[in-house]
Amino acid sequence: MSDKVTNIVLVGVGGQGILLAAEILSETFMLAGFDVKKSEIHGMSQRGGSVVSHVRYGKEVFSPMVPEGEGDILFGFELMESYRYLSLLKPGGTVVVNDLCIAPPSVLVGQETYPADMALKIQEFCPDCLLVDGQNLAIEAGNARAANTVLLGAVSKRLDIEEKYWIEAIEKMVPKKALEVNLKAFQMGRGLK
Amino acid sequence: MKEILSGNEAIARGAYEAGVKVACAYPGTPSTEILENTIRYREIDSSWATNEKVALEVGIGASFVGARSLVTMKHVGVNVAADPLFTLSYTGVNGGLVLVCADDPELHSSQNEQDSRNYAKFAKVPMLEPGDSQECLEFTKLAYEISEKYDTPVLLRTTTRISHSKSVVNLGERTDQVREAKIEKNAAKFVMLPGNARVRHVVVEDRTVQLSKDGCNMPINRVEMRDAKVGVITAGISYQHVREALPEASVLKLGMVHPLPFDLIREFAAKVEKLYVVEELDPFIEEQVKAIGIPVIGKEIISICGELTPGRVRKAFGLPENAQAAVEKLPGRPPNMCPGCPHRGVFYTLNQLKAYVSGDIGCYTLGFMPPLSAMDTCVCMGASIGMATGAAKVLSPEERKKVVAVIGDSTFLHTGINGLMDMVYNKGAATVIILDNRITAMTGRQENPGSGHTLMNDPTNAVDFELLCKAIGVKNVRTINPLDLDECRTVISEEMERPETSVIITDKPCVLIKREGIFKAGAPLQVVDESCTGCRACLKIGCPAIEWVPASGKKGKAHIDPLLCNGCDVCSQLCKFSAIQEAK
Ligand SMILES: Cc1ncc(C[n+]2csc(CCOP(=O)(O)OP(=O)(O)O)c2C)c(N)n1
Ligand code: SF4
Ligand code: SF4
Repeated sequence: MSDKVTNIVLVGVGGQGILLAAEILSETFMLAGFDVKKSEIHGMSQRGGSVVSHVRYGKEVFSPMVPEGEGDILFGFELMESYRYLSLLKPGGTVVVNDLCIAPPSVLVGQETYPADMALKIQEFCPDCLLVDGQNLAIEAGNARAANTVLLGAVSKRLDIEEKYWIEAIEKMVPKKALEVNLKAFQMGRGLK
Repeated sequence: MKEILSGNEAIARGAYEAGVKVACAYPGTPSTEILENTIRYREIDSSWATNEKVALEVGIGASFVGARSLVTMKHVGVNVAADPLFTLSYTGVNGGLVLVCADDPELHSSQNEQDSRNYAKFAKVPMLEPGDSQECLEFTKLAYEISEKYDTPVLLRTTTRISHSKSVVNLGERTDQVREAKIEKNAAKFVMLPGNARVRHVVVEDRTVQLSKDGCNMPINRVEMRDAKVGVITAGISYQHVREALPEASVLKLGMVHPLPFDLIREFAAKVEKLYVVEELDPFIEEQVKAIGIPVIGKEIISICGELTPGRVRKAFGLPENAQAAVEKLPGRPPNMCPGCPHRGVFYTLNQLKAYVSGDIGCYTLGFMPPLSAMDTCVCMGASIGMATGAAKVLSPEERKKVVAVIGDSTFLHTGINGLMDMVYNKGAATVIILDNRITAMTGRQENPGSGHTLMNDPTNAVDFELLCKAIGVKNVRTINPLDLDECRTVISEEMERPETSVIITDKPCVLIKREGIFKAGAPLQVVDESCTGCRACLKIGCPAIEWVPASGKKGKAHIDPLLCNGCDVCSQLCKFSAIQEAK
């Protein structure tokens, strides 16, 4: 095992299920035999605030926080929030982002406008960017709520971890009745180029 | 067995393994999940107390009759519990007592950034500080041993990044030597009158000296020699950031941050060329190291404010910062009250009535934000009522009418009730609104004495707020439906006019309560496009389900997201054109 620590940053809006996705990632890495640390601020996560979760794995991990400019993968659940946290990404890092805009309060009330061309701007900064139509793929898989799992599938393809560990983690963390749809959604994400 | 646990989960596990019998707390971020996890172990009696002082007293009671007890709170909770804590230091314990105090550097979810290590020194109580989840489990168990061996309560300090971070933990078993409780009288130790307390004070001072000496041989205080050019004294989460940013540096990692192992510090200082202290918040370790005559660099390079990160430690040591993306200015994304939140209508009304709102802490503090903009003060839990009394004392009779205190149910029962008693007793003339949403919502929906259920999910008595207020002596007590804007306006303005104490209680639940039969969502509403004139009246309540959809020029229309709307009907009461109706 190399000494390198792999850094993943998950960002989005409170209520999007970011914390569960981060749990599944951490569980997978532990099952695969790595040291894992995960850190997030979840005090306000339920009330629509901006949410960031850091997940790091490797032979030995010290700080639970991804150092600025050292993120290997930015796992974005919403476009503007992904753009906001680009500074955590290392040069040449990867972005996997949900093609979704959620208006913040000032935009809802018409005081500000949602910034234009977020996806383009992310791609400009980070050429290795996969834009995922999470919502529609999830509907195809059988439930609009499985969008996160589609994204997770896409992220999994970019990490050198055996598929069986991902499946095992999903089976452990996702409720029984939603499992089938989620496994399907995961595979759809994995299939994305 | 290995599991990934948060610091809080690991503390709960540690308490279980240590044979703890009683766990008591008042919720507060980032400490709340400890008790939400002790309930997984049926051997532990876990409960929410009305406030932190009561929580600690419950723990002390169990300890004095011999059981091990766990008490948890956020940093500002220790302010509330400080009175019993300081004298508990004198009495010592019978069964081990551990008080977990969770600090919040960077104020992720708090009203101040106080460094609770100062309490350890002030109250003369040892304090352990774990640096990851494995240490959370181990230090909790060790804390009980120290507590009983040295006859002292032990503080276990975490920070948000310890409590809420997860890492891999090896689990153990519950001890088979759980202490049994029974009455053992010992007045000289447990009755702190001057004669007894004078004797105990000497014991406390000796204890601190002894702990400082013994700390030099405790494995949790450890020296890691690497390059001798740079030596860093650090503890807790800061240790992790130091290892990340300065992998070559030698480190003295302190597991016990009070009292400090001074001989070990001297030894380490002698071995390294340049000595640093890397700690978040106050120069707590630094000042004590300087006081024993050892030169050390600390707050010259590391801020007293905010939390540390690997990047901030790098910067402090003059290492190059990693490349950063230049990001254009974006709209912020602050948290907002939920769609259908029962607090919204009250704050809309207070805004319309131009009230001077003496605020308090809870979800409703978000009523301070635009467009509601209806909170003028917020200091600490329970403060709203006393502060309203104070303001009303000195304002002119005309301005006095504007004074309204707002306080949540949990906060009222925490420390607001004393303020109300005082207001009545001293004939204060202000209006108090108790926002009874049937839960402690802000910290993630914990039960409280008004909610009718315990932490262990048993049905129990629910405080009758109306009767309670009347019993205290409030003559004018009225209950309203906060989702009815006319009723809100009529009742609140009438009570504001009244030149004596009055209480208004709102009676609609938080929309996130899952227990059946409490919250029922209404049918989602929609904006009928042809009727919407684009007047923006409905935007004044800031409901996240309502979006302004701009059209060319200054025009536009409102839109309601049917997936977010909880059908509370508040927005439709604002629409003069009947454009907001039940979705078809
Ligand atoms: C002394 C202290 N303890 C705990 C907290 C954390 N805290 C902030 S608000 C709150 C309770 C809010 O409940 P409630 O008053 O019922 O209002 P709600 O959030 O339900 O609207 C708690 C526990 C705190 N800020 N200070
Ligand atoms: S959690 Fe409950 S009280 Fe808090 S904003 Fe949402 S509905 Fe309101
Ligand atoms: S009825 Fe109106 S105010 Fe209430 S949740 Fe729905 S959109 Fe928001």
